[in-house]
Amino acid sequence: MAATTVPENTTSHAGRPPRAAGGAVRTGRGRKVRHNLQAHGFLIGAVLCFLTFSWYPMVREFIMSFQEKRRGVTSWVGFRNIDRVYHDPYFWTAWKNTAEFTLYALVIGFVVPFAVAIILNELRHAQAYLRILVYLPVMLPPVAGVLLFKYFYNPDYGLFNHVLKTLHLPTSQWLDSSHTAMISVVVAATWMSMGSATLIYLAALQNIPGELYEAADLDGAGLWSKIWHVTIPQTRLVLSMMLLLQIVATMQEFTNVYLLTGGNGPENSTMTVVYMVYQYAFSYNNFGSAAALGLFLLLVLGAFSGVYARLSRNAD
Amino acid sequence: MSRIGYRRLVAVALVAGIGLTGAACSDNKKDDTGNKAATSAGSDAGTPLDPKTKVTISVDCEPPTTKAAERKQWLDDVAEFNKQYPNVTVKSKDAFPCEDPAKFTAMLQAGSETDSFYTYMTDLQQVLDAGQAADISAYVNDKTVPNLNDIDPGVLNVLKDGGKLYGLPTSNYQMGLIYNRKIFQEAGLDPNTPPTTWDQVRQDAKTIQDKLGSKGINGYMDNSAGNQGGWHLVSEMYGVGSKAVDDSGQKAAFNNDQTKGVLQTLHDMRWTDKSMPATPGLQWGDVQKAMGTGKIGMYVGAPDDVPLVVQQYKAKFEDIGMAPIPGGKTALFGGADYMFKKSATPDQIKAGIAWINFKFLTLEKGQFNYPRNKADGLPVGLPQPFFFTGASKAKDTETKTASATVPVDNFKTYVDAQVPVLPEPPNAQKIYTVLDTVMSGVLTNQNADVSKLLSTAETQVNSLLAASQ
Repeated sequence: MAATTVPENTTSHAGRPPRAAGGAVRTGRGRKVRHNLQAHGFLIGAVLCFLTFSWYPMVREFIMSFQEKRRGVTSWVGFRNIDRVYHDPYFWTAWKNTAEFTLYALVIGFVVPFAVAIILNELRHAQAYLRILVYLPVMLPPVAGVLLFKYFYNPDYGLFNHVLKTLHLPTSQWLDSSHTAMISVVVAATWMSMGSATLIYLAALQNIPGELYEAADLDGAGLWSKIWHVTIPQTRLVLSMMLLLQIVATMQEFTNVYLLTGGNGPENSTMTVVYMVYQYAFSYNNFGSAAALGLFLLLVLGAFSGVYARLSRNAD
Repeated sequence: MSRIGYRRLVAVALVAGIGLTGAACSDNKKDDTGNKAATSAGSDAGTPLDPKTKVTISVDCEPPTTKAAERKQWLDDVAEFNKQYPNVTVKSKDAFPCEDPAKFTAMLQAGSETDSFYTYMTDLQQVLDAGQAADISAYVNDKTVPNLNDIDPGVLNVLKDGGKLYGLPTSNYQMGLIYNRKIFQEAGLDPNTPPTTWDQVRQDAKTIQDKLGSKGINGYMDNSAGNQGGWHLVSEMYGVGSKAVDDSGQKAAFNNDQTKGVLQTLHDMRWTDKSMPATPGLQWGDVQKAMGTGKIGMYVGAPDDVPLVVQQYKAKFEDIGMAPIPGGKTALFGGADYMFKKSATPDQIKAGIAWINFKFLTLEKGQFNYPRNKADGLPVGLPQPFFFTGASKAKDTETKTASATVPVDNFKTYVDAQVPVLPEPPNAQKIYTVLDTVMSGVLTNQNADVSKLLSTAETQVNSLLAASQ
């Protein structure tokens, strides 16, 4: 391998003797590449997939956000699409709803799985059985889960109001009231997805050395003290990464609001930014504006993803 | 392997990347459809299809297998059409409903619609903006569509833009008030004098609620989601004399006392009289189901809902009646049509027009074969479609009456009212999406501020219309 490297480099710079240092670096890098050629070959499939289904659409979206299509003719319109979506009367409503969903999803969807993981970790019996039970909703197709909750939430004959009526408590409009629609969506979304998060937390908890808890016991630490001083610091990295991943995921919320409330919800109370993107594209047939709105979201999520990437690097 | 080179690999990837980006960056100011075929119709465009020319066309909206009678009729019609045009192969694609707006939009963007494709009459601008509609002006004349001169020009105008024709109508409807005669009777109301104003609708709905509410029957029901709320609100505002947009088609015109009056009545029915169900967010299918299962007294709809509530939800034809749209000033009319893909060849367009003419525009054939409809158990006698005028209209009425299976008298009030019709507004689906919010606001919030809801909707519609200019 090395024997072929030197002449190749020499001929590629005919008439000019290679600089010693640079040549050495190139030779070294070339060898490294050749050593890994097979691995790079295997990567081609994935790279092509990303190129076709992720990177190219991203480039296309960026370009489309400055274009408009009329009568089959595409033309450049500068910042008009961005200006249009920014001045949409529901622009800030969508951002407020998205932030609200993310906040609720963090309060409920972050704390609950962590608490469940701690409880599961402490159990001595039936842990495997309960783990399956917790994970079961993840295996349910999202549409089936949504239909289930649509039934639960029905104000006339739904399970929740039936229980409330039985207990002589006031009933709710759930998804049909602008005051309760968003929180209802979050509860359903959390139920459907908490299994995965719980298992990740559980794995992190099981990696905490038992000696730390024993030492805490010897120091007379109580339950909360152990969680605060041992569990949370030991799982800090997983927690922070999950937090960021959850922010990035929940800010792109579409499926649950679309299926549970039709997207807008009562008085636009569940209209998220991604639903608004969908609406611009598929209801208003304005793909340029949809792309422009997507750019706004890309910027916000880019910031969170940057933090995530930094955390991941630190973890490595 | 080692000599290929990583560099070559990288070079290929780079070239591909640059190529893709280049492709993305191109297309400035040129037709994106890549069309060659039908961009200019030849001099023989107006002549019927040459029977010697072999043509294959794809057509959507074939009835699905769940609609057995309609599907059988479609297949029989293709066979009969092939006797006349053995050179044409019709490749049918089934779907129900025929158009899913989101899927339709995606197909238009990809240019993957069939050669002859079903659209709502409200879709013209969208199809034109996507660059997918062929101008069929030169192809359509009294030789290729013999009943052309008897088609209501008002209906054809909806399918024209800049004087050019882009589609052929296949059905049309006029909105009215669908009511359950049996429920009216049980509530002590006269089913032969249905309400014709919003005050009467409210009064009758309250009577039904008071008398039959304990049986789970509501007086009135309305949509508020899936663009259906907006569609209904526009129909209702038309009824009281308001328009959705001004004459220029560039400004919203619904923020007025008439629309506020309708919304206030709906609000009062929902929150004061409680004659509307507590489940808002209703859309297409929900009200039909409620009517078919005898759970509501009235709703705003079109005559083609009647077979649906009967066939799918087992209501009886004799129990369903129709009245004119409350207010009776103007009635929204809409419908469906077929357009022809711009990239289709002239022969494909000719073959498509021949098929649409045979199936949907020829009296006593296709959809107008009333004796066959009767034999197949399909309803005959509904007051739609009504796009024919003159001799064709007279002939259609005569053959329809001869085979009628629905009690025509139940539609007498609706037909006799002769409410002037008004087409759906330009960019209708966009407007409907925005107005869904207004309906949803009124029906989900007891303290809804109707004026504020309308003002916000007006701003958004104006912005959307400006973007469409």
